[in-house]
Amino acid sequence: MQTPWTDQKIQERMRLKVGLAEMLKGGVIMDVTNAEQAKIAEEAGAVAVMALERIPADIRRDGGIARMSQPAMIKQIQDTVSIPVMAKCRIGHFAEAQILEALGVDFIDESEVLTPADEKNHVDKWAFKVPFVCGCRDLGEALRRIGEGAAMIRTKGEAGSGNIVEAVRHMRQVQEGIRRLTVLREDELMHEAKELGAPYHIVLEVAKTGKLPVPNFAAGGVATPADASLMMQLGAETVFVGSGIFKSKDPKPRAEAIVQAVTFYQDPVKLLEISMHLGEPMSGLDIATMPEDQKMAGRGW
Amino acid sequence: MTEQPVGILALQGDFALHAAALVRQGEAYLYVRRPGELAACRGLVIPGGESTTMTRLLDIVGLRQPILDFAAAGKPILGTCAGLIMLATRVDEDERRHGVKPLGLLDVLVRRNGYGRQVDSFVDEVAVAGRTETMQGVFIRAPRILEVGPGVEVVATWRGETVGVRRGNVTGLAFHPEAGEGGAWHL
Repeated sequence: MQTPWTDQKIQERMRLKVGLAEMLKGGVIMDVTNAEQAKIAEEAGAVAVMALERIPADIRRDGGIARMSQPAMIKQIQDTVSIPVMAKCRIGHFAEAQILEALGVDFIDESEVLTPADEKNHVDKWAFKVPFVCGCRDLGEALRRIGEGAAMIRTKGEAGSGNIVEAVRHMRQVQEGIRRLTVLREDELMHEAKELGAPYHIVLEVAKTGKLPVPNFAAGGVATPADASLMMQLGAETVFVGSGIFKSKDPKPRAEAIVQAVTFYQDPVKLLEISMHLGEPMSGLDIATMPEDQKMAGRGW
Repeated sequence: MTEQPVGILALQGDFALHAAALVRQGEAYLYVRRPGELAACRGLVIPGGESTTMTRLLDIVGLRQPILDFAAAGKPILGTCAGLIMLATRVDEDERRHGVKPLGLLDVLVRRNGYGRQVDSFVDEVAVAGRTETMQGVFIRAPRILEVGPGVEVVATWRGETVGVRRGNVTGLAFHPEAGEGGAWHL
């Protein structure tokens, strides 16, 4: 029997999926809720847009069940911009994912920002032609998602909070986990795989290469050019900005500034110049005082 | 004197894949984000990525004129995918609407995402002029070359269709040799 790792066709397809993630590196992916915002994002230099009905800050405020966006609304955004269009499905909701694939979205985010549809299982992403990105809080979670066929990993952060602390925690956890694998003896890796709850063969690969086999992006709480630079310096290869742009006072210059901050993340003088004269960022939420049931990062298994 | 590195425009895109491909060929590389860095290079690679984003950043950092001067000085330039779009003289009417402003170094008409969306992306063998063996071409939301102007030679074809062009020191490919198996394209 063929497994996804020995099936040549599936691996060739994976090359295309990871390939698109590679093309997005050094860029900013922006959440947009309509065609007009999508246009602003494209003009500001976004490498892709995430089409969703409500940005995380509003999902948080409104409560209720958050589902896949209306296909007609996603279609309108696809017709407006020429950059890749991403959309979210609920964790484990493979039927939503099938509909998004039929719609021709370029990337699916199996996202904790929406209400999970399955309390144990994530989508079998090998079964799809369209690439998937999944969130993680640590290395074990990242490697489980890669084992399911994710072509891109991102931190979960705490979406819609405007607070970078969770994204930093998750990125550091992943990086620390990777560094640990590279110094363990080979005969210790099976036990480590057990502790991580991660597929052994991917643990072996990461131990050898010292990096994830797919691109590693940052998401959840990015609100300023400095936040974007921080995540890039911690090892992110691209940044997702959700509520941070269209919840700020003046979205366009902020979008442009964050795009530049990702390219020049190692250049403080340039970052200073970029950060000058920006309006008010979105107001933020304190994670420490946030009730447990309102945290999105805990969703996903 | 040590040989000068090959520059890789690293404003946005798959510059890391190009770096890995150059290292496999035993070449030194330098990421280029500023005019001064370009001046230190013997050639330049413009990677894949998003041409709308690259257009914006190219003008913000002031690299447009230095790249044109670099080409005029006869130094080799290779563009892949979005890099090809950036080298072209003409993009579809529709593309200009999205804010793509190419450098105009290769007289071709290109259409962004000319083979469709991501679900239409594909891997296939590409015939290369002057080589008996085909090479693996990775086409990711690839641009399509619709017209080739006079004086521009075809250097790669896929199913008889032009997917690679060159004029003098400037080469543009619709696909990604750097993302293929052992893929490399010498500058």
